[in-house]
Amino acid sequence: MPIDKIFKDDASEEKGERARMASFIGAMAVADLVKSTLGPKGMDKILQSTGRGHSVTVTNDGATILKSLHIDNPAAKVLVDISKVQDDEVGDGTTSVVVLAGELLREAEKLVTSKIHPMTIIAGYRMAAECARDALLKRVIDNKENAEKFRSDLMKIAMTTLCSKILSQDKEHFAEMAVDAVFRLKGSTNLEAIQIIKKPGGSLRDSFLDEGFILDKKIGIGQPKRIENAKILVANTAMDTDKVKIYGARVRVDSMTKVAQIEGAEKEKMKDKVNKILAHGINCFVNRQLIYNFPEELFADAGVLAIEHADFEGIERLGLVTGGEIASTFDNPESVKLGHCKLIEEIMIGEDKLIHFSGVEMGQACSIVLRGASHHVLDEAERSLHDALCVLSQTVNDSRVLLGGGWPEMVMAKEVDELARKTAGKKSHAIEAFSRALVAIPTTIADNAGLDSAELVAQLRAEHHTEGCNAGIDVISGAVGDMEERGIYEAFKVKQAVLLSATEAAEMILRVDEIITCAPRRREDRM
Amino acid sequence: MALAFDEFGRPFIILREQDQKTRLRGIDAQKANIAAGKAVARILRSSLGPKGMDKMLQGPDGDVTITNDGATILEQMDVDNQIAKLMVELSRSQDYEIGDGTTGVVVMAGALLEQAERQLDRGIHPIRVAEGYEMASRVAVEHLERISQKFEFDNDNYEPLVQTCMTTLSSKIVNRCKRSLAEIAVKAVLAVADLERKDVNLDLIKIEGKVGGNLEDTELIYGILVDKDMSHPQMPKQIEDAHIAILTCPFEPPKPKTKHKVDIDTVEKFETLRKQEQQYFDEMVQKCKDVGATLVICQWGFDDEANHLLMHRNLPAVRWVGGVELELIAIATGGRIVPRFQELTAEKLGKAGMVREKSFGTTKERMLYIEHCANSKAVTIFIRGGNKMMIEETKRSIHDALCVARNLIRNKSIVYGGGAAEIACSLAVDAAADKYPGVEQYAIRAFAEALDSVPMALAENSGLQPIETLSAVKSQQLKENIPFYGIDCNDVGTNDMREQNVFETLIGKQQQILLATQVVKMILKIDDVISNSEY
Repeated sequence: MPIDKIFKDDASEEKGERARMASFIGAMAVADLVKSTLGPKGMDKILQSTGRGHSVTVTNDGATILKSLHIDNPAAKVLVDISKVQDDEVGDGTTSVVVLAGELLREAEKLVTSKIHPMTIIAGYRMAAECARDALLKRVIDNKENAEKFRSDLMKIAMTTLCSKILSQDKEHFAEMAVDAVFRLKGSTNLEAIQIIKKPGGSLRDSFLDEGFILDKKIGIGQPKRIENAKILVANTAMDTDKVKIYGARVRVDSMTKVAQIEGAEKEKMKDKVNKILAHGINCFVNRQLIYNFPEELFADAGVLAIEHADFEGIERLGLVTGGEIASTFDNPESVKLGHCKLIEEIMIGEDKLIHFSGVEMGQACSIVLRGASHHVLDEAERSLHDALCVLSQTVNDSRVLLGGGWPEMVMAKEVDELARKTAGKKSHAIEAFSRALVAIPTTIADNAGLDSAELVAQLRAEHHTEGCNAGIDVISGAVGDMEERGIYEAFKVKQAVLLSATEAAEMILRVDEIITCAPRRREDRM
Repeated sequence: MALAFDEFGRPFIILREQDQKTRLRGIDAQKANIAAGKAVARILRSSLGPKGMDKMLQGPDGDVTITNDGATILEQMDVDNQIAKLMVELSRSQDYEIGDGTTGVVVMAGALLEQAERQLDRGIHPIRVAEGYEMASRVAVEHLERISQKFEFDNDNYEPLVQTCMTTLSSKIVNRCKRSLAEIAVKAVLAVADLERKDVNLDLIKIEGKVGGNLEDTELIYGILVDKDMSHPQMPKQIEDAHIAILTCPFEPPKPKTKHKVDIDTVEKFETLRKQEQQYFDEMVQKCKDVGATLVICQWGFDDEANHLLMHRNLPAVRWVGGVELELIAIATGGRIVPRFQELTAEKLGKAGMVREKSFGTTKERMLYIEHCANSKAVTIFIRGGNKMMIEETKRSIHDALCVARNLIRNKSIVYGGGAAEIACSLAVDAAADKYPGVEQYAIRAFAEALDSVPMALAENSGLQPIETLSAVKSQQLKENIPFYGIDCNDVGTNDMREQNVFETLIGKQQQILLATQVVKMILKIDDVISNSEY
């Protein structure tokens, strides 16, 4: 007797071949979607949101594209997920990881159709990934000892990362900026300390890294516009009406005079507070919260620069650069650490006035001002710069670097190919497939640049047959070239993350032999 | 059908609105139920064993889970059929009781049902089948006891434990680094185990996961990991020899629970209130400082002013720590949770050798490590992995491994895995069948055949010839009379599970057989299914 059903009404179940097919197709569709953005000549995508205003984003960043997609296919979601993790963890290579995973699945599909069990493919992929990683480890360059060389390595990495982005025109300029900024962090990976200020107008070339620190705020009226040898108190305190915080306290009076008295007392209280703050011997006061007119006036009278409404990160960064501590009580001025800087002044960028702190003590934070024609350009520039900064800050901690331009893929492919020849059993097919998937990346880079990929990759493969070869695809000249001479470098950490997470994702999707989709949760109709 | 006649021959209706209900009776009902049970077992069958496949489950909100864990698959499967629900329950109870073998138990039950169907076709009454199964399960459990082996381990020699955990982990996606994960699981269990009382409180093991990094970076922390950071960005990031004040009262102005109003009607009152408030914060911080605390962990938020005062007095603090974590911290550091500042004393402080903040990746993610605690009972397993699904799956796998290690500490007996135990039981049950006179004999033989289906599925999933492999192993066991031969899933080249180091716990196996038999008996006894038809 056939059973009618065991699942709920709208739930569906896909099994065996069909399930595998569904996940392969979904994953490959996503990979193909971002494929055309890979490499220095990759194209951009326009994303239009369905929300109010239909805001438009133009981007080349894999993670950004995938994040904005609405995907229903579960396997595709796995790929979106790895791209997001790659973004969080190393910041760059978000497209490569998806493309590699897609290629691995494409190769796996061929193997499955030729009746090789997915588990065998997984075993092969695992061996291949291990071998590829070892191959990279053998060829890494580590210049940590030599500071000058290390810096030039970083420069090259930054330029390689930036050359696929909108900033490629001025990549040297931006690479310089990014490297300087990262060196200021002194090994920490907290990119929050680098503030990126976007101001439309001017051209991308006008962007600059500021030595000191820029706060996107205005100086209060009637207060000095320029302070030398500033002593700064960074605070987080209420400067509007200093409420009595004890719960349930309220003012209840029975005559107008009393109202006036209490108002006076309130004013007195604020004045006291201001005086206490002034007792620190400061000439600049930066508060996270609002400052009302009355205290502002008092500050102006004392010749102190008062800045209100600096947001939380701004305050934290200011604390970092000037070396002051963030204060909320002001009773013992001796022991509060004040921040110092040589000069505070108001500067103009475009039409906006900003406050500039220069000659700061600690210098662990800094600001980058981006200029550009439109918001879209600026947004994309920020994303690109963020990628570069991420990669650099990770490289500062793990200083191993590799050549770029498809070189690492070819090195890995060669080693993996050799492993395939040595391995007995069905696994060797999978290992071979892995090497083909790796070669797909330089192929895609060449394709995207409008070059004859088959010719170039074949040439590259021949070149790589000799030991210690540095050949990669030079997209600019459209030929195979020495990557070391061209100065195209990539961070080892990024490549390793791409390799491992792509393999992991492919493995995960391959292991699935059944997809069960639950009935979508019903939204209650509010008609 | 549901029409009956009373003594006067008048018809009356037993079921209300019977025409709206579907009803299955007798052999039809049993067949339908068996078919449903088998359908569920069939879904899980391909997940069994080290080469088992995963299932991808898309939840009602579009979230994706990829897993190999039987209990998780069934839980999320959105099953509607009543009998199928019984199978889900079955797997869940195995999960609660033993923690591992959740797939095996369902496959076993499915096989028993399949065999039962054949007996029903022969015309054997379901009750007789059920009884035969009952007898057979008793034989099997006793036989398991006989072939089980005890092994010795202690805190220094935990290799056998690791081996057993590795067997559990080898069927999961994490088998790439099963060795290190198994070691982590065993160390964690040993750290919290009470070997005297043979008891392990798994609540003391916290499993935390964070996306990013590799699976290899997964670590065991002898202490607590809290997903929080210091309340003030400029507080010290590392505290050695910390004395921790664990508070459940906020650093905020007091909020008496009774309703009250403080009326301000004169300037003096305003002034005094203001002074009091200032003093209040000062006192709070001073109290913490006075008892010698060097770190404050608080369940609630801080007022800005209090925050600065803490920072100013060089007293690092963590806010908004969840209740469960707070308890764990209290257990680990030997401190007491203090609900009021007034009750804070030096004895109530917890102690930890090292507290440090560690940041991850490019985003501003920080976590707080509390290590070298005074009472090192609580441990944390910190999982890293490529993506969220991976971490969730690893969490489930580690949970299974922890359960296995715990079961071994409770009961040191093991049986050999890879289907070896099932084959041995099958042989024993088959031999016992002949001793029973009566119809049950057939049911007992059917039980023996059902036991074979687990090694059969293992062989199938590993890409071996199922019938050939099984019969070879079976004859080997019988010939040499050694119950350690199983299916060679990993293609190692030997069938001897002792050499392959594939163990399972005795109680786990026993429980599997008992639970599966119970559920099958229950299903067989149903002879009437009344359900509301489409509504």
